[in-house]
Amino acid sequence: MTETLVSFDAATGRYDPVIGLETHVELGTASKMFCGCPASFGAEPNTQVCPVCLGLPGSLPVVNAVAIESAIRIGLALNCAIASWCRFARKNYFYPDMPKNFQISQYDEPLCTNGWLDVTIHPEGAPPQQIRVEIERVHLEEDTGKTQHMGGATGRIHGADYSLVDYNRAGIPLVEIVTKPITGTGPLAPLAARAYVAELRDLLRALGVSDVRMEEGSLRCDVNTSIAPKGSDRWGTRTETKNVNSLRSVERSVRFEIERQAALLDAGHRIVLETRHFHEDSGITTPGRSKEEAQDYRYFPEPDLVPVAPPADWVETLRAALPELPSARRARFQSEWNLSDHDMAALTNAGALDLVAETVAAGAPPEARKWWLGPILERANAQGSTLPGLATLAGISKLGAHGEVLTPERALAWHVARVDELVADGKLNDKLARQVLDGVLAGEGSPDEVIATRGLAIVSDDTALLAAIDEAIAAKPDIAQKIRDGKTAAAGVFVGAVMKATRGQADAARVRELILQRLQ
Amino acid sequence: MTAGLTSMTAAEMAAAIASGEVSAVEVTQAHLDRIAAVDGQVHAFLHVAAGQALAAARAVDAKRAAGDALGLLGGVPIAVKDVFATADMPTTCGSRILDGWQPPYESTVTGRLRAAGAIPLGKTNMDEFAMGSSTENSAFGPSHNPWDLTRVPGGSSGGSSAAVAAFEAPLATGTDTGGSIRQPAAVCGIVGVKPTYGGSSRYGVVAFASSLDTPGPLARTVLDAALLHEAMSGHDPCDSTSIDAPVPPVVAAARQADVEGMRIGVVTELGGEGYEPGVLARFSEAVELLESLGAKIVEVSCPHFAYALPAYYLIAPSECSSNLARFDAMRYGLRSGDDGTRSAEEVMSITRGEGFGAEVKRRIILGAYALSSGYYDAYYGKAQQVRTLVIRDFDAAFGQADVLISPSTPTTAFKIGERADDPMAMYLADLCTIPSDLAGNAALSVPCGLAPENGLPVGLQIMAPVLADDRTYRVGAAVEAALHDRWGHPLLAEAPEL
Amino acid sequence: MSITRDEVAHLARLARLSLADAELGHLAAQLDQIISAVARVQEVTAEDVPPTSHAVPLTNVFRPDQVAPCLTAQEALAAAPAVEQQRFRVPRILAED
Repeated sequence: MTETLVSFDAATGRYDPVIGLETHVELGTASKMFCGCPASFGAEPNTQVCPVCLGLPGSLPVVNAVAIESAIRIGLALNCAIASWCRFARKNYFYPDMPKNFQISQYDEPLCTNGWLDVTIHPEGAPPQQIRVEIERVHLEEDTGKTQHMGGATGRIHGADYSLVDYNRAGIPLVEIVTKPITGTGPLAPLAARAYVAELRDLLRALGVSDVRMEEGSLRCDVNTSIAPKGSDRWGTRTETKNVNSLRSVERSVRFEIERQAALLDAGHRIVLETRHFHEDSGITTPGRSKEEAQDYRYFPEPDLVPVAPPADWVETLRAALPELPSARRARFQSEWNLSDHDMAALTNAGALDLVAETVAAGAPPEARKWWLGPILERANAQGSTLPGLATLAGISKLGAHGEVLTPERALAWHVARVDELVADGKLNDKLARQVLDGVLAGEGSPDEVIATRGLAIVSDDTALLAAIDEAIAAKPDIAQKIRDGKTAAAGVFVGAVMKATRGQADAARVRELILQRLQ
Repeated sequence: MTAGLTSMTAAEMAAAIASGEVSAVEVTQAHLDRIAAVDGQVHAFLHVAAGQALAAARAVDAKRAAGDALGLLGGVPIAVKDVFATADMPTTCGSRILDGWQPPYESTVTGRLRAAGAIPLGKTNMDEFAMGSSTENSAFGPSHNPWDLTRVPGGSSGGSSAAVAAFEAPLATGTDTGGSIRQPAAVCGIVGVKPTYGGSSRYGVVAFASSLDTPGPLARTVLDAALLHEAMSGHDPCDSTSIDAPVPPVVAAARQADVEGMRIGVVTELGGEGYEPGVLARFSEAVELLESLGAKIVEVSCPHFAYALPAYYLIAPSECSSNLARFDAMRYGLRSGDDGTRSAEEVMSITRGEGFGAEVKRRIILGAYALSSGYYDAYYGKAQQVRTLVIRDFDAAFGQADVLISPSTPTTAFKIGERADDPMAMYLADLCTIPSDLAGNAALSVPCGLAPENGLPVGLQIMAPVLADDRTYRVGAAVEAALHDRWGHPLLAEAPEL
Repeated sequence: MSITRDEVAHLARLARLSLADAELGHLAAQLDQIISAVARVQEVTAEDVPPTSHAVPLTNVFRPDQVAPCLTAQEALAAAPAVEQQRFRVPRILAED
């Protein structure tokens, strides 16, 4: 399928994009939204189902208290108003992955409304920019089952002969977070969409309400995009790109839609209000169901459930117990570590913030971030991984101070702190430190173990160094004379020779000191 | 002996079994024999579980032999409306679409009845998914009124009312959404109760209209109904709309059976045009009787009851259109038209077109219409407001009276086929019962005689506020006792032999 | 006329009810009559009257977030018209939502 596109720069030169995001988050509750089946991921098909989540005749839903609490906490963290009274509603439509052929959701009475989330965009080659994303609503609903399409050439829905349904996922609590339209970001719209989802993901993780794994579908985005000619006082017709499941895809799908819609408008066509699907492989979107012939969902208050009326004191207790949120945490680190905006952006972009925080927590100074942004990031890039990903990849393990097993990320942070300490103590130089980190990332153990195994400790025994110095001086008496005559800069030649002789394991400054003593 | 056993009340049976006078197996076998003898004519049952019933009876007898307590209904047989999920019997709701469906779980109500020692005999016929007033909407053919086999036993719990009136079971469960317990009880000459909404659990009751459906008892005496009421009711954490409060003292109230000093309100709007003369005559006599028993009779007006029927026929179909969406041929039940080429959507439509009867389809479409965007406010929304007004009428009336009374139904049992293709005429059968369903309060129907013109039973409806179910039993038992004294026998003794 | 045959046909599609032509006509006529009758609710002046969706007003009925036993896959699939790979086998699905 080929689409006529307009280049992104040309498109955003003539049109202003407006975006909006609907994010579905699977909550990490122990049990499902309306029944006691486990909400965990990866069980054998149809083993985590009961009469309720299978929608068997006669079964009835009962609301999971922790799901309500989690949704309220999300609403509070997003600065929303929490409804003092609201209801669930039935959204009626037929689909084989939905056991009751209606979804219990919320309609005109959501649990949380009118919030905001501040998001920082980091455009390449320009200073970071903060925008405030307005949140329209946060509400609770239930997930559907999973369908596998069989037969046909592609395993996709089109051309399949039949389908197989596993209802383990049906009834897992979902929180839907809907933004108001995000305007005025111009060519930064794709980055803004991405930054919003990333910030939201970090916030949800900080709240501990979900494992927010986009690749496993526990965080899923629908991205609305429209464009209008610059200066127009009306918005364009939007399209809704469904199930965009990585940060990169969020950015790409907005970018693609802007280019595609600009081409249509340039050619005098109109944009069709429709659902579109994003293809990870090609980076394009293709049309799904047209919203103009959309279903009438016949919402009405769910008669099997009673209204939810969170008492104000409960809401205030939850508000008071909210953890430090990512933006506040970032601001605190920037100030505590005395970082410039630029330094902060570098840390954030590299995904190193938490790792540096762990490293600092392990006793290193904030400057130890250079190990993360330097050698470790280089290695992650070379392996096509990320900083946190690399730690997992290397299978690093360590026990904490109280004998507890640390996460790979934390374990690596502790190792980095140790390397930094060894350098500060003069036991390692920068070159050796890189080799030690290589060894740690290769799974060879702790820094001290790597030093022992690879024999990487700095040679701090002056006798050994003096022997090497004497040998070097004997080899080049003319240079030695120059130094004796006061041309101390020439000592570098001997330093290099000694470093070579000790295979880099000497402290260059100490070597220079000894050479000058020798020749005075 | 057998005939004697089936004509006992449930209270008598429980006492006789507990004392060892008869065994639970004897009582159960007597009822199975009675079913074998008469159900060919009555067709009250869709499924008879003789083996399981006898096994359960043997277990009760073993408990007694071991000296254990038998429970409130120890050894008493019961007929279960086929809308309750039962893990050992099929559950069809009188529908082709669920023909043969065996639930993998048990409803709370039937679970509690088994725990109380009751012996489920089988599943009773009903209008498909409880939509109807005659059992003619059952996919498996109508049940027949034991008073006149050419007439309907009422509905939707018509299999249950027929089974009890025909002495096939002393007790039966039903569900009341618009009158589906009280109306069949009235036209079969037995007692039927709609408890307070939320007083008895809906978990495992296949939903028709969730905000109205109320499981309740059918029995031949007010005391038996109270015993069943007590055994089946109470808070259930599996039903969010279940009320977390003690079951009202219905058994004590049924034993109290006196109305001295009670204020009894006659609802002006429930009577007059459209009511059979015999129904009105028996109702007037009941009012006089209550007055003679020491009650203070007051007239009350509930002006919005006139809108209750139309509001009901918007709310119930709306909820049903959504509740019945799950019958789609994907996970259980009938699947039609799956030839390997048709889409899921087509197979769903074909299956639902074939699997549902005409009344269910009418209501599904009516409900889809009432909930459609553009119509919601004018129909569903307005009906929900009428519901508020009906509740306010009740509140005002209960300010003046402890209970309200009316005929249970405008007419006696009608002929099979008479209203079959006239939905509007059929809907009128629930005229008197619907207000209490909309308001969620308690209501009981007790026999108050036979209509002079056709010799068929007439029911008296007694309505009480939410959670004051005991008042309906108190008044019902007083009427029952006084009429028994007047006639010298229970009303059912006048029913023809089967 | 409160409802047309076409509207009934549309609602039947929405409700996944395949109806024969004769059935559709019959149903449309009956529904027209029923809707005219139930439209009486509109006679009520109820501007300030709140709607009632639950006759007995309860709020905040929750269950603790505790795992309870599930059905076995065998029990879950026992009534299924078709099963494959421990999943419910369903006819081909036309389009994603």
